[in-house]
Amino acid sequence: MATTETLSKYDITIGIECHVQLATTTKLFSGADNDARDKAPNTVVNPIDFGLPGMLPVLNREAVNLAIKAGKALNSDIARVSRFDRKHYFYPDLPKGYQTTQMYNPIIVGGYVDAPLEDGTTVRVRLHHAHMEEDAGKLTHFGDYSLVDLNRAGTPLIEIVSEPDIHSPAEAKAYATELYRLMTYAGVTLGDLYHGNMRFDVNVSVALKGAKELGTRAEVKNLNSFKSVERAAEYEFNRQVERLEKGERVVQETRGWDDAKQKTTSQRSKEDAQDYRYMPDADIPPIVLTEQEITEIQATVPNLPAFYREAWKGLGFDETVMNALLISQKTAESVQRILEQSDDETARRIALWMLMAMNEDAHDETTDMQQPDVKISDEQFLALSEMVAKNELSSTAAKDVLGEMLQSNDNPRTIAERKNLIQVSDEGAIASIVDDVLADPASAQAVKDLKDGNDKVIGFLVGQVMKKSQGKANPALAQVLIKKAIARDAKH
Amino acid sequence: MSTISDFLNKNARQSVQDAIAKAKDNDSYHALLSLTEERALERADAVDRGEITGKLAGVPFVVKDNFLAYGAPTTAASTMLETFNAPLQATAVERLEAEGAICIGKANLDAFAHGGSTENSAFGPTKNAVDPTRVAGGSSGGSAVVTALDIVPFALGSDTGGSIRQPASFNGVVGVKPTYGTVSRYGVVAMASSTDTIGTFATTVTDAELVMSIMAGQDPKDMTTLPDFFTATTDALVGLKIGLVKECMTDDVDVEVRARTNEYVEKLKSAGHKVEEVSLSMLPHSLAMYYVIVPAELSSNLARYDGIRYGHRAQGVQTLAELYGKSRDEGFVTENKRRIMIGSYVLSSGFFDAYYLQAQKARTLLINEFNTLFSHYDVLISPVAPTPAFLLGENTSDPIKMYLADMMTVPASLAGIPALSVPAGTNGAGLPIGVQLMGARRSDATLFALARSMEAK
Repeated sequence: MATTETLSKYDITIGIECHVQLATTTKLFSGADNDARDKAPNTVVNPIDFGLPGMLPVLNREAVNLAIKAGKALNSDIARVSRFDRKHYFYPDLPKGYQTTQMYNPIIVGGYVDAPLEDGTTVRVRLHHAHMEEDAGKLTHFGDYSLVDLNRAGTPLIEIVSEPDIHSPAEAKAYATELYRLMTYAGVTLGDLYHGNMRFDVNVSVALKGAKELGTRAEVKNLNSFKSVERAAEYEFNRQVERLEKGERVVQETRGWDDAKQKTTSQRSKEDAQDYRYMPDADIPPIVLTEQEITEIQATVPNLPAFYREAWKGLGFDETVMNALLISQKTAESVQRILEQSDDETARRIALWMLMAMNEDAHDETTDMQQPDVKISDEQFLALSEMVAKNELSSTAAKDVLGEMLQSNDNPRTIAERKNLIQVSDEGAIASIVDDVLADPASAQAVKDLKDGNDKVIGFLVGQVMKKSQGKANPALAQVLIKKAIARDAKH
Repeated sequence: MSTISDFLNKNARQSVQDAIAKAKDNDSYHALLSLTEERALERADAVDRGEITGKLAGVPFVVKDNFLAYGAPTTAASTMLETFNAPLQATAVERLEAEGAICIGKANLDAFAHGGSTENSAFGPTKNAVDPTRVAGGSSGGSAVVTALDIVPFALGSDTGGSIRQPASFNGVVGVKPTYGTVSRYGVVAMASSTDTIGTFATTVTDAELVMSIMAGQDPKDMTTLPDFFTATTDALVGLKIGLVKECMTDDVDVEVRARTNEYVEKLKSAGHKVEEVSLSMLPHSLAMYYVIVPAELSSNLARYDGIRYGHRAQGVQTLAELYGKSRDEGFVTENKRRIMIGSYVLSSGFFDAYYLQAQKARTLLINEFNTLFSHYDVLISPVAPTPAFLLGENTSDPIKMYLADMMTVPASLAGIPALSVPAGTNGAGLPIGVQLMGARRSDATLFALARSMEAK
């Protein structure tokens, strides 16, 4: 590993290509079901996907609409005229011998993403373009033979191509995460990272600080988690710097990410690059859009993360909490709904509970691979919050109740009562316990100290009241009543 | 020769049996690659029982074997698809069947429609209906010959650069290449996506028009189909302005071909139309454009034939590359491979701009020139081919000479305009000669009306 000192002599430059699977009902050019998850091989394939003779593509308008929405989330221009092209290569998972893509006139042009970093700053990553294309199928190798599954063949994707504006692995992760938020919020993708709904190709180059030209880049393909984007960039930074330090050069190549070994490995060098023989696809007329169509479709894009960041300014979250809450659109919407029907304090309290609930739900490595969803209703959350606000529950007890709410559908009061967690705020009841505690010989010294003006000992007495009440007494009220009792005694 | 009306309200089983018997009698022409006898008889019986009705009820027809159709394999006259049984039918076939027509067999063609003589069929050439020592023309040679031999009153073909018009001319029948996008290409083995059209052979213009009117119309399965525009006109056409394309009447063109064309022009004039010589200056460049654009597109469209999912798969291979190489080597004929090579070359990095893009720019100039001409003329006329049918084997060793036979038909294909090939007599040896009528996009009905009015004369 290169030392921190060595690494600090170099700049890293990263560009990211991200394939986003569009959440359409059917495929890009056929009527086959677009959801290939957990389907038996070759069961969502029709003659068009299969590449039978004489089959022609029929463009799925829903996919175009989603691309238009993506364009809004990416601050991009939508091309009034865009076209499809064919990219040729032979591989058994590519039924037509070409991939239908947009080489020359992509639908989404320019744009940028402001990715928030953990320190509260943001990095603006400009986009070159994003184009629509179809996915290929999948090949599985078994020793001396391989099997083809075309379920995913023809699935609509947009490939978002960034400019090389990313300069650290952390920024790479932040960009990937923000892209995920933007694409899921805009309804462009289901965002199921486990099933490859978003896949990142990370182009990394390094150069000595101040160098005029970028170094030779290596591309790490097919990363499907934010963590792996960050790790792969880190690994490449180290690997490339080490090579340069040894006087070797970086080879322009495609590399794969080995998640088990946490390292990249060479797959193919530029010398093996194929000539894709791009050509316009004459079977698909150009996509021609009017300003009005674009405006109408983009008007249906719901609130994006930036809206919530602004709206939640009064909630006092740090970036970590804010970003964690915003990872799921459903959670963001819930917090916003709560905020709109309560106040900053309530919204903050409930938002933090949601975060706890999300973490509770995420028990394995797939944390950032599924869109988390908290299954507790707004009403339940608000009811729980109200109990805390009214001092019926301590914050510790509230967490206990929350844990129970995630398991059952019971309302918080039922749970709190069952678990005997309701604080006693009945003045008479607590006053009687206070009297007992003050009369207890074990308290004599403390009572004396308190009367002598040593206020610190009141904590001990409150503790005794809590103990005697089995934790149910409202500690603030207990304190008030103790002070009252002491004052009363002093008068006598 | 029989026409469609001869088959209407007749016993369909008898019609089908007669057609099949006649096809078998004429086996030596090798016009058909398969008969769909069983299915045809079932459908005939359904017509006779009154279960199937329509404008073509009980009328037998033949499809070129690059149309996906039930009852026999769809081979495209190739080893590649020799055993390929289509799980669905072409829209064109479906629409004809919906009107009660009965497909009795599948016609020979140049493999994957690459050629102008049907000699490139993997299963042997089709012979000319008038002189069996000569070629049928192509690539829809089989469909032209079954029509000319009066086996069926009409047969479907595909025309990418002249593949219907030229064999129609060589065999003395009517051939239609409609406006690009008139008939759905869905279910027809693709050659060149931007010039492939679906058309028909018939013995009369009226029949050809009827068949086209049934097949025409927008198809949700083919995005390039035009909204329905095709309506037959019965209006008598008077005083049309017609341009005779002078680049097609040079000394290089067979004397008798020119003579028959001039006679047709005279007949047009006597019918009250005004005919003038016009120049289509881009015509000499059309072949060059065509043989860049079409190979580029077909090299792409043939990429799916890789031996993986269906079609011919080579045996005894060790690697994936060998599987592709050998399957395609064995499954394609020489002309397929030549065109795939040309197409791959003109699309390759560094050559795309110089060849493909340049050809597309020239194509735009050709289209502009046609547009200018059609702003002054209703119809353009030219011969269909520079010669009548040539001898079998005469051009097979010289692909350039073979390509030159397409010179007069490729401009309409590149421009996407409609063109009819109609009989205009024969040469001294009795070989048929056709003339070509071309019109502006979507003027198909005008061409039919003109050709129909001249048929009687």
